[in-house]
Amino acid sequence: MGFFSKTLDRLRQGLTRTREVLVEGATGIRSMLLGRRLDEQLITELEKALLTADVGVMATAKLIDGIRADHKAGKLTRGEDVLDYMKGELKAMWPEQDRRLRFASAGTPTVILVTGINGAGKTTSIAKLCAMLRKQEKQVLLAACDTFRAGAVRQLEIWGERLGVEVIKGQQGGDPAAVAFDACKAALARNADVLIVDTAGRLHTQDPLMRQLGKIRSVLARQIPGAPHETILVLDATSGQNALRQAEEFGRAMTASAELPGGLTGIFLAKLDGTAKGGIVVAIRSATNIPVKFVGVGETPDDIEPFDPDGFVEALFAA
Amino acid sequence: MFERLSDGFSSVFRRLSGKGEISESNVREAMEDVRKALLEADVHVDVVNDFTQGVMDDAVGREVTKSLKPGEEMIGIVHDRLVEFLGGVPTDDPSKIVQPADGVLRVSPGPTIVMMCGLQGSGKTTTCGKLAGYLKKRGRSVLLVAADLQRPAAVEQLHTVADSVQRDLPGGAQVSFYSEPDKVAAYGKAVGVAVQVCKRGVEFARGKGIDTVILDTAGRLHINDSLMDELNQINKTVHPHQIFLVTDAMTGQDAVNSAKAFHQKLEVDGIVLTKFDSDTRGGAAISVKHVTGAPIKFIGVGEKLENLEDFVPQRIAGRILGMGDVVSLVEKAREQVSDEEAEKLQEKMAKGEMTMDDFLKQLRTLRRMGPLKQLLGLLPGVGSALKDVHIDDKQLDRVEAIVHSMTPGERKKPDGIDMSRRKRIARGSGTDPNEVGQLGKQFTTVSKLAKQMSGLSAMNRVKAVKELGEGGMEGMLPGVGGLPGFGGMGGKGKPSTVGSGFKGRFKKRR
Repeated sequence: MGFFSKTLDRLRQGLTRTREVLVEGATGIRSMLLGRRLDEQLITELEKALLTADVGVMATAKLIDGIRADHKAGKLTRGEDVLDYMKGELKAMWPEQDRRLRFASAGTPTVILVTGINGAGKTTSIAKLCAMLRKQEKQVLLAACDTFRAGAVRQLEIWGERLGVEVIKGQQGGDPAAVAFDACKAALARNADVLIVDTAGRLHTQDPLMRQLGKIRSVLARQIPGAPHETILVLDATSGQNALRQAEEFGRAMTASAELPGGLTGIFLAKLDGTAKGGIVVAIRSATNIPVKFVGVGETPDDIEPFDPDGFVEALFAA
Repeated sequence: MFERLSDGFSSVFRRLSGKGEISESNVREAMEDVRKALLEADVHVDVVNDFTQGVMDDAVGREVTKSLKPGEEMIGIVHDRLVEFLGGVPTDDPSKIVQPADGVLRVSPGPTIVMMCGLQGSGKTTTCGKLAGYLKKRGRSVLLVAADLQRPAAVEQLHTVADSVQRDLPGGAQVSFYSEPDKVAAYGKAVGVAVQVCKRGVEFARGKGIDTVILDTAGRLHINDSLMDELNQINKTVHPHQIFLVTDAMTGQDAVNSAKAFHQKLEVDGIVLTKFDSDTRGGAAISVKHVTGAPIKFIGVGEKLENLEDFVPQRIAGRILGMGDVVSLVEKAREQVSDEEAEKLQEKMAKGEMTMDDFLKQLRTLRRMGPLKQLLGLLPGVGSALKDVHIDDKQLDRVEAIVHSMTPGERKKPDGIDMSRRKRIARGSGTDPNEVGQLGKQFTTVSKLAKQMSGLSAMNRVKAVKELGEGGMEGMLPGVGGLPGFGGMGGKGKPSTVGSGFKGRFKKRR
């Protein structure tokens, strides 16, 4: 435990402050279930609560159908049973082993490629990853491959200065793949433990930009064996069902060629400190195979936590 | 989705026909699909329930006539209700679909003060730039004030944006920039400082006689009391004439909570929906509009600073129901093809004089508009059919290569390409003689079709394209046969000409 306690606290605090703001009837699933007998009425309320958390029509239907079936079979009779059932179902989606960060073998820099749509929170999330790795006494290098957005390189540089980490950059408007190339050389030359590559935000519908991402990836793969060891999609916890498309499209862009399979290796769920529950990751997990690795819960570099399904499910049901 | 809805309604109504009136129980069944569609589009659950109830009340009691397509008619009702919900006026008159927007109010004496606010990453800074460009084009001078003192490099970003609006966007008015870089601090350390920066920014604008001031505030969570209070302070100190809430069109259910919180604190005057160029269905628009009651003023439709458009309710209504977005398609086409060019091509096609060169030109235009699949998805009814079809844009590379390997004479008269020419072209383009032959055949079909289509209305063209697509999806050039339709649509000038047929599908029963 402990992992998510901070999140829970924040979430609870946030919710008390904004209780009056919340839409009527959107009380937590937990309080809704406890001490009640399971019936159609309760199932309908449960369905609504899951939909409100952005779990999505398909994934919600799957969960609800399961509950209905077990209810008919007499396996579920009380609200508590349902809570346990849902926890079991959701937790089983995220087994332990696939949430850890995958490191390169000793002597090779671990390359983490960070992608996502505009405004998802890539740069801030990178600062958080960076702070976390620094605490593990790793030597980190940042690559400023967002050469497109005004101020993006400077934003990463400021984080670099604050965290005491070197940033490899190129020309504003230059080729991001060239920056990636330079960064790989620098990471090898300086014997860095980890190289984190920031990329420009792009909508998954922008084909040329998605191809550019594939190019960055293949540059990394050519320069450092096994790179990128992690390809992270930063996802805004407030996103709706379109995030599923994002996960699919970014995954596709990252598996451009047969020699370089890979796809996305994980999700960084950013901005979970608001009132959004990030239920979209349930939808994503049931449609694709991408695990959630980290969550962002605030504005400072220390506001990062490893994703913990227990805590996530608790938070999903808390209010 | 549109097909699914339409089929769902049709089957319910088929059972109903001859039974007299629409009753609540039969409509409820059909409305379940509408409900799903809205939820998948991210409309908030409560709003969905309100909405579907409203539509049911509207429908119950109506007579089931012998209309051939009661399903589509029902969707027509849903569509119109959605338009109303979004603040539009449903109309059968296509020229009224694009309603004049009131844009940004102007006060006298100036400066008009506009405050932008929203969550982190919603797109405030970019939108500030776009709005400045919008005003510049209309002859209004703008001062962009950097009031985001929290996010690293936010001030620099706005500065760059301001410079590029001034340098690159059309319009005679001056766009300038105001900041106090020394006030920048780490997150949470400079709360409240922005209030004074805004105040001095406004005074600066007043002194210079600038028309409009846009305040770019820091992104903040709606539950962060101290930061929300800062916005309130700015509001009380400089009294903005317009407060715009910037919302990501991809937001999910939580859009309701954040919009409500911002609105309670600030009384939002308008909403700007950003990132609308993604393939989101944009249901958040409905939720936000519903909880704030404020009009949606603009939508952001691209990364470039000129990509800001006035909001048209019909567009989002169509998208949410998965009916495609013909208006977007026409706009995309208009970006690439000048009216004059399109007119010329139209004439050529009508006379059956289209050449391979024209074809190549169209192909390139089409490709500049975006990936083929995405474009086809904008056509009503095509989106769902394409869901699992993989369209490889690389096929188009091959087509281009084939045309490039033809002599000018061959391009003018592809009928005259015999077997030996076919082999030569295949060698030159690295393709197969069969592919060359196939392209020739398709070209002939397309030009014939183009000749016929030039007599059709826009909607019938879309239909023809659709039928072509359904028949030839596995063909070498999926959907490209529809090109003549695109050219024509762009050339007719107003998007509304397309709307005529588009709306015609949903004629209200009298």
